[in-house]
Amino acid sequence: MTTATAGTSGATDVVGTPRITLGTALSDAATITGRYLTHIVRQPRLLIFSTIQPVMFVLLFVFVFGGALTNSPAIQPYGSYKDFLLPGIFVQTVAFGATQTAIALAEDLNRGVIDRFRSLPMARSAVLLGRTTADLVRGFAVVLIMTVVGLMIGFRPQFLGLLGAIAIVVIFGFAMSWIYAVVGLSVPNSETAQAASFVVTFPLVFASAVFIPPSTMPSWLQVFAENNPITHVAEASRALATGIGGVAEPLLWSLAWIVGLLVVFVPLSVRRYRRMS
Amino acid sequence: MADKPAVLVEGLSKSFGDTVALAGIDLQIREGTVLGLLGPNGAGKTTAVRVLATLLQPDRGRAEVFGYDVVQQPAQVRTLIGLAGQNAAVDELLTGRQNLRMVGRLYHMPERDVRSRSKALLERFELVDAANRPVRTYSGGMRRRLDLAASLLNRPRVLFLDEPTTGLDPRSRADVWQMIRALVSEGTTLLLTTQYLEEADRLADRISVIDHGRVIAEGTADELKSSTGGQVVEVRVTHAADVDRAAAVLSSIGDADAVTTNDHVATVAAERGVASVAEAAEALRGAQVDVTDLALRRPTLDDVFLDITGRPAEETVSANGDRPGGRRRREQRRKARQ
Repeated sequence: MTTATAGTSGATDVVGTPRITLGTALSDAATITGRYLTHIVRQPRLLIFSTIQPVMFVLLFVFVFGGALTNSPAIQPYGSYKDFLLPGIFVQTVAFGATQTAIALAEDLNRGVIDRFRSLPMARSAVLLGRTTADLVRGFAVVLIMTVVGLMIGFRPQFLGLLGAIAIVVIFGFAMSWIYAVVGLSVPNSETAQAASFVVTFPLVFASAVFIPPSTMPSWLQVFAENNPITHVAEASRALATGIGGVAEPLLWSLAWIVGLLVVFVPLSVRRYRRMS
Repeated sequence: MADKPAVLVEGLSKSFGDTVALAGIDLQIREGTVLGLLGPNGAGKTTAVRVLATLLQPDRGRAEVFGYDVVQQPAQVRTLIGLAGQNAAVDELLTGRQNLRMVGRLYHMPERDVRSRSKALLERFELVDAANRPVRTYSGGMRRRLDLAASLLNRPRVLFLDEPTTGLDPRSRADVWQMIRALVSEGTTLLLTTQYLEEADRLADRISVIDHGRVIAEGTADELKSSTGGQVVEVRVTHAADVDRAAAVLSSIGDADAVTTNDHVATVAAERGVASVAEAAEALRGAQVDVTDLALRRPTLDDVFLDITGRPAEETVSANGDRPGGRRRREQRRKARQ
């Protein structure tokens, strides 16, 4: 290994060994989060439509399916389909919101923005952590808006439990963002990122306990739905927000999935970022 | 060795699958000088810059920036370099000022330095009026200038400019050239890649001509020109259709193998100096070719490239100013090889 020796005349330099400490890594990530949040504010039309979309989902499901489903035996304990749906549909929102990480990274990659970041003496994790954190902030804001809309149409949660429900959902969304970070760094463009993310997310969200209890599904699908992480998080969120059903089991499963996703996909995506060509 | 070079590249090789992008190149840049890396699209220029900017791992060979190895000590290298051009981009949605502020923070510069340095660079690159507008409202030339400003925030010891004027209109190009010349006069060490011979001729102290991943010629612009031989007779015809007839006429007065044509222009080596021009004038009049310009001139780098490679350099610059990105360029390169 070549080192710059001080004795040599001419172009020698002492830059020391620039160390990336936890502090600089976090401040780099905060700078990147700031960048992506500015993007959201700078695109007001995108902001409006992407906020309307989840609200629309709430209203559609409540008013289109709610009437038929409220009397279903599986829903009855909750009193109304609104109370069943809202804590679940939060998960749908953050799961689809997390796909933005894939789309944004693929776009930055194509535009050369990632090249600039990679040529700077910043932490190798910062772009990814900054991006996933931006998704977390956005997911949190959207879930709050959905809650307000829900309260306006008759959603009646337990307030302390609701806070816990929102927390577990939003943190799960953050963990999912890291899957999409790997997707975003692996596909050639943002269109492919979008299509690939959709293929992953759609079956997970719909073959789950988000909209209806898995007990009404055919048995083969039930097996998938009951072991689907989105089901665990939806059930944990629902149990916390409504106080109906056991909290411990789905909550432990949810935490296990969150930890598992982070343990696998954080190092995988950072490695990919580091070795990209 | 008395002077350790600012940038040292030895035997650098890189392949993408079956495509050889770099087939073992050597480069040296002395501190305070400008090296022009000149070659057509797909020659390997961008790959070389990407390796030096720590964006890409080479297969073989080594590259050092001020003694720091780009593979072993990338963190040190990154504190010393600035990168601009087709490889680095500015953020479309942020304003010019926000772009600079973001990059400054990521260099871990103190907040006060970030602010004062951004202000100075916005002034220097004539972007003060546009500083608070989103970059997507900028012209191509303004974007390049902002990109250049971002690469200079940290006062880099060596600057890599990858095709800084590709796709720009002539006026913006002249603006960018003027700004690069100002940097050069302040002693910035610069690696400039370009497919424009004129650009290398104007800005670079030394030029390495690169083709198919190899350095095929190296020297100052003057050395390269004199290695090609002496003066040439250049004929510019009124009607492009006459250019072949003009070439035939020039073949009769000089070496037929050395006659080149390009659009309205035909050239031949002027073996007898002014006498060759007189002969050419006489022969053209005899052949009744309409001529707008007839001149004796020194060879340009175009002639140099043609002489070394047997083909002109500027053949694949797209007319619409579209700049091919890294991935697409690799594909083009792949196709070009087949």
